[in-house]
Amino acid sequence: MRLRYLALIVYFGFLLLPIYWLVNMSLKTNVEITSGLTLWPQNLTFANYVTILTDQSWYSGYINSFIYVAMNTAISLTVALPAAYAFSRYRFIGDKHMFFWLLTNRMAPPAVFVLPFFQLYQTFGLFDTHIAVALAHCLFNVPLAVWILEGFMSGVPKEIDETAYVDGYSFPRFFLFVFMPLIKAGIGVTAFFCFMFSWVELLMARTLTSVAAKPIGAIMTRTVSAAGMDWGTLAAAGVLTIVPGVLVIYFVRNYMAKGFALGRV
Amino acid sequence: MRKTESNKAWLLVLPVFLLVAFSAIIPLMTVVNYSVQDIFGPGEAYWVGTEWFKEMLRSEDLRGAFVRQVIFSATILVIQIPLGIAIALAMPAKGWAASLSLVLVALPLLIPWNVVGTIWQIFARGDIGLGGWFVNDMMGIGYNYTADSLHAWITVVVMDIWHWTPLVVLLCYAGLRAIPDAFYQAAAIDGAGRWKVFRYIQLPKLRGVLLIAVLLRFMDSFMIYTEPFVLTGGGPGTATTFLSQQLVKIALGQFDLGPAAAYSIIYFLIILAASFVFYNIMVRVGRGDRA
Repeated sequence: MRLRYLALIVYFGFLLLPIYWLVNMSLKTNVEITSGLTLWPQNLTFANYVTILTDQSWYSGYINSFIYVAMNTAISLTVALPAAYAFSRYRFIGDKHMFFWLLTNRMAPPAVFVLPFFQLYQTFGLFDTHIAVALAHCLFNVPLAVWILEGFMSGVPKEIDETAYVDGYSFPRFFLFVFMPLIKAGIGVTAFFCFMFSWVELLMARTLTSVAAKPIGAIMTRTVSAAGMDWGTLAAAGVLTIVPGVLVIYFVRNYMAKGFALGRV
Repeated sequence: MRKTESNKAWLLVLPVFLLVAFSAIIPLMTVVNYSVQDIFGPGEAYWVGTEWFKEMLRSEDLRGAFVRQVIFSATILVIQIPLGIAIALAMPAKGWAASLSLVLVALPLLIPWNVVGTIWQIFARGDIGLGGWFVNDMMGIGYNYTADSLHAWITVVVMDIWHWTPLVVLLCYAGLRAIPDAFYQAAAIDGAGRWKVFRYIQLPKLRGVLLIAVLLRFMDSFMIYTEPFVLTGGGPGTATTFLSQQLVKIALGQFDLGPAAAYSIIYFLIILAASFVFYNIMVRVGRGDRA
């Protein structure tokens, strides 16, 4: 028993130390960072955060990221909900192939799609817009959303659908007012996953944008300059990218475990 | 569940089909198109047949990246799956401690991948990073991940363990919570020890989630790009250049459309074949659970 808690503490230490180090560095001056190793900031400073939060070219990155992540989550959920319902309730021609084909898109390496996406979105005049990144991220988020939602929906007995239809509900009314409230935990978890995978992805987001919709991840690279690395600002920018994730985890903490099992446990 | 036979259900799937077709089929067709042509400029393309495929299959760079990729994916699977199971078993099941552990465990998963790279780039440095400093000064090993390929490898593997073991933990945790108490009571009556409970109750019940874990970890590790790109930039030399990074180098760095497209198709087919096998096993195992 004691061994078990010791092992857990060691593991959590391993998880948290690198994050602590990032936070620690974000609160130091660059002089202190490069002049020697200190376990906590000797001259506590918030200057790095002030730099980011007052400079438009910095904080616009966060806004851009939020916009395309929100768009992606909304699009993914809207199209995935009816599809997941179809997969969980009906048998139709090609259903199994369709499901596998959707999954293959989750399996496709983003690197394969980078070049054609770049050209496709340029052809449609969507290059450097938020919607371009949101649509590109649908490639892996929509299949995942269908997969998770299907798992949750299959947990709802079919008798509920049938009773509702007998009671005279039309399909849209049933779906919106009876069925969706029943799987709201599943919808929450799916939204969490869409948020997560869109928020952490950078390769596509970086390739499809240049100025107007540039994500924070791409802006972070400018801390490398001729004058040397601006470690403090880089660390502060990193810390700020972790904050939204922490907030989102907190909201779904009770459903998260089940969601990770794709609703199938 | 008993499913109703109805082809009208296609109408519900149609939006997904159109959306994914737009963002998957059109680009994929472009890739196929490029892979059989030599493109000099707009309107100047020549049919080259399977030339690019042959060139890519013979390419030393691609083979090297492929071998490194396979070794990398195998290494992290061998470490992450058992570690994930062990941590999930050790985690508290109820109360505030359970919530807290869940939030802590999930933390690395919500960090943008380039920031994961940045965190480890800083943490592992000998001069300003706690981890690098600890290994260098406390253990007296001349550790430097930017110069020594073995050290770079270990750093990338440790980073991936840090980043993705939580996914395995969360999956297993969900699987463990779904085992009814009656199973444990029965085992206690039979006088089964800790190991027997794990071997004959917990492990079989975890089979489904473990397959998802292996599938996701295999796929995602096989397309890893951002984290090693930020951490080591693929170096020293090409020591930590994996398939995706090699591809991006050809496609966006050198803008060699034909070879990049042929490479993409080979790459995609490898993942597809492996995933098809996994998927079929998953479906079969899923059926076994219900029976």
